[in-house]
This record gives sequence, structure tokens and C-alpha cells, in this order.
Amino acid sequence: MSENAAHADHHHVNYIKIWKILLVLLVISVAGPFLEIQVVTLITAFGIAIVKAYLVAKNFMHLNLEPRYAVYLLLTMLMFVFLFFAATAPDVMKHEGQNWVKPRIEVVEAPVHH
Amino acid sequence: MRPIANTRSEAGIPTGRLAVWWVVASEIVIFGGLLASYVMYRLGNPEWAGHAAHTNVWLGATNTFVLLTSSLSAVLAHQAAVAGDGKKAAKLLYFTCLGAVAFLCIKGFEWTTEIQAGYTITSNTFWSFYYTAAGLHALHVIAGAIIMLIVAETAKRNEELHRVELIGIYWHFVDIVWIFLFPLLYIAK
Repeated sequence: MSENAAHADHHHVNYIKIWKILLVLLVISVAGPFLEIQVVTLITAFGIAIVKAYLVAKNFMHLNLEPRYAVYLLLTMLMFVFLFFAATAPDVMKHEGQNWVKPRIEVVEAPVHH
Repeated sequence: MRPIANTRSEAGIPTGRLAVWWVVASEIVIFGGLLASYVMYRLGNPEWAGHAAHTNVWLGATNTFVLLTSSLSAVLAHQAAVAGDGKKAAKLLYFTCLGAVAFLCIKGFEWTTEIQAGYTITSNTFWSFYYTAAGLHALHVIAGAIIMLIVAETAKRNEELHRVELIGIYWHFVDIVWIFLFPLLYIAK
């Protein structure tokens, strides 16, 4: 048996069903902002994005069938991204703190032609 | 002698697939860094919501539909390759490429409209992020489509069928990146 067959033999995923679920989630994420409630928009936009990414990674990329090595590899990279965010976000997002003030940079915006 | 890409590595994964996982891992840092930068600037500049209001959510949603559908055809191509049906796998890969072309056409129309309205990459930092993130993603779509055409050419001769899964993994990752770009650039207003 080839590696491909061995990899695919362990599961019988109904791909069409997963695709339909992804489309329903897409509709919900587009409809969410129409309620004009910020918390709902955040959940329907980013919460659903995480669920959609999980469904694609698990069922289409078959990440659940790979040896742990692959999962740990990807999680390590995600950890680096979060580390980068945690280390630089306060400097970007805050304009002042204890005993420091960030000088405001004046940005000249290009005119917009309508 | 078996091809190197089909030989199991020390990690217990065939080397071809292991290489693709490393490509995906490096892409996570590239797109992750870009999107993390966008998020921190966006949170630090609430007025960007006004700029984001000019992006077209319907075109973004249509492109999400196109990519999700192309991901389905890519995984069905993998299923056909596992069954040893190279011709069917090739057909499904061509359909996936069609999805890539549709995605790029919609993006091209969208960008043309936005540029004509005066929103260019130099307009302000929001639009710089918008064109950089969506542009980098579009380059990955183009690269994926080209590789997929090459893989389909060999697959229809029932050769190197393991490659169908490899390009599929990459394509699903490109789909996942768009799944996050869509709410960040289109929905969060």
C-alpha cells in the first residue's frame, strides 16, 4: 500500500458535508455585522474564522492523521507569532506609559479622489 | 528504488509531505507576522474602521466562497489520487485552478474599483496593509495555480500521484490565510 493510501485509509470524511458547513459559517460571518452589536460581530467574524480554519486543517489538510511532529511544528510557529505580537504590540498600541511618552508622528495622508 | 519524496523520513512522514509542512510552517510566520502587525496597528488606530468601511464585503465573501469551493475540489482530487484515478484527480485540479483564476479576476475588479476611487497603497497605512496582505496572498494563489497545473499534467498520466496531496496541503493553507484576511479586512469595520 502506498503512503498516500495508508494516509487516506484511516478516515472516511464526507468532504461535501464539511464544505456545506463551511458555507453556512461564511453566511453567518457575513450576517453578523448586520445586528450592529460589536461583541456579536467579533464572535461571528473571528470566532467563526478560527472554527473554519480548524475544519479545513483537520478535514482537508488531514492534520489529525499526521504524526504529532507536524502539529507541534505548526504550533511552534504560531507561538512565535504570538511572541512577536506580545513583544511589540504595547509599543505600537500605547502612546504613553510609566515615565515614557511616545512622540506623535504626523502622517500626511495622500488626497483621495472620488 | 522508491522516489525520495515517498520515502519515510525520521519524523515518520514521507519526505515530500514533510517538506510541504515546513513550507506551511514558514508561511505561518510570514503571514502571521504581517497579520499580527495589522491587528496591533488597527487596535491602536480606531479611526481605521472608517477606511475599512470602503472595502467591498460582498466581493470578499464571494472570494471566500470561491476559495472554499476550490479547497473542496483539491481534497476531492486527493481522494481520486488515492483511488489511483489520475485522470479524475487532474480534472479536479484543473477545476481548482479555475477557482484560482476566478479569485484573481474578482480581486482584479475589486482593486481597479478601489484604485479608481483614489484608495491606493500610498493613501494611508490601512490601505498599505490592505494591498500588501491581499497582494501577498494573491501571489500565493498564482504560485499555487501554476504548481497545480504542473501536478495535473503528471497526474493525468497516473504518474507521481502523491504530489496531488502535497499541492492540496499548500492550497488549503492559502485558503486558511484568506479565512483570516476576510474578517480582518472586510468585516471588522
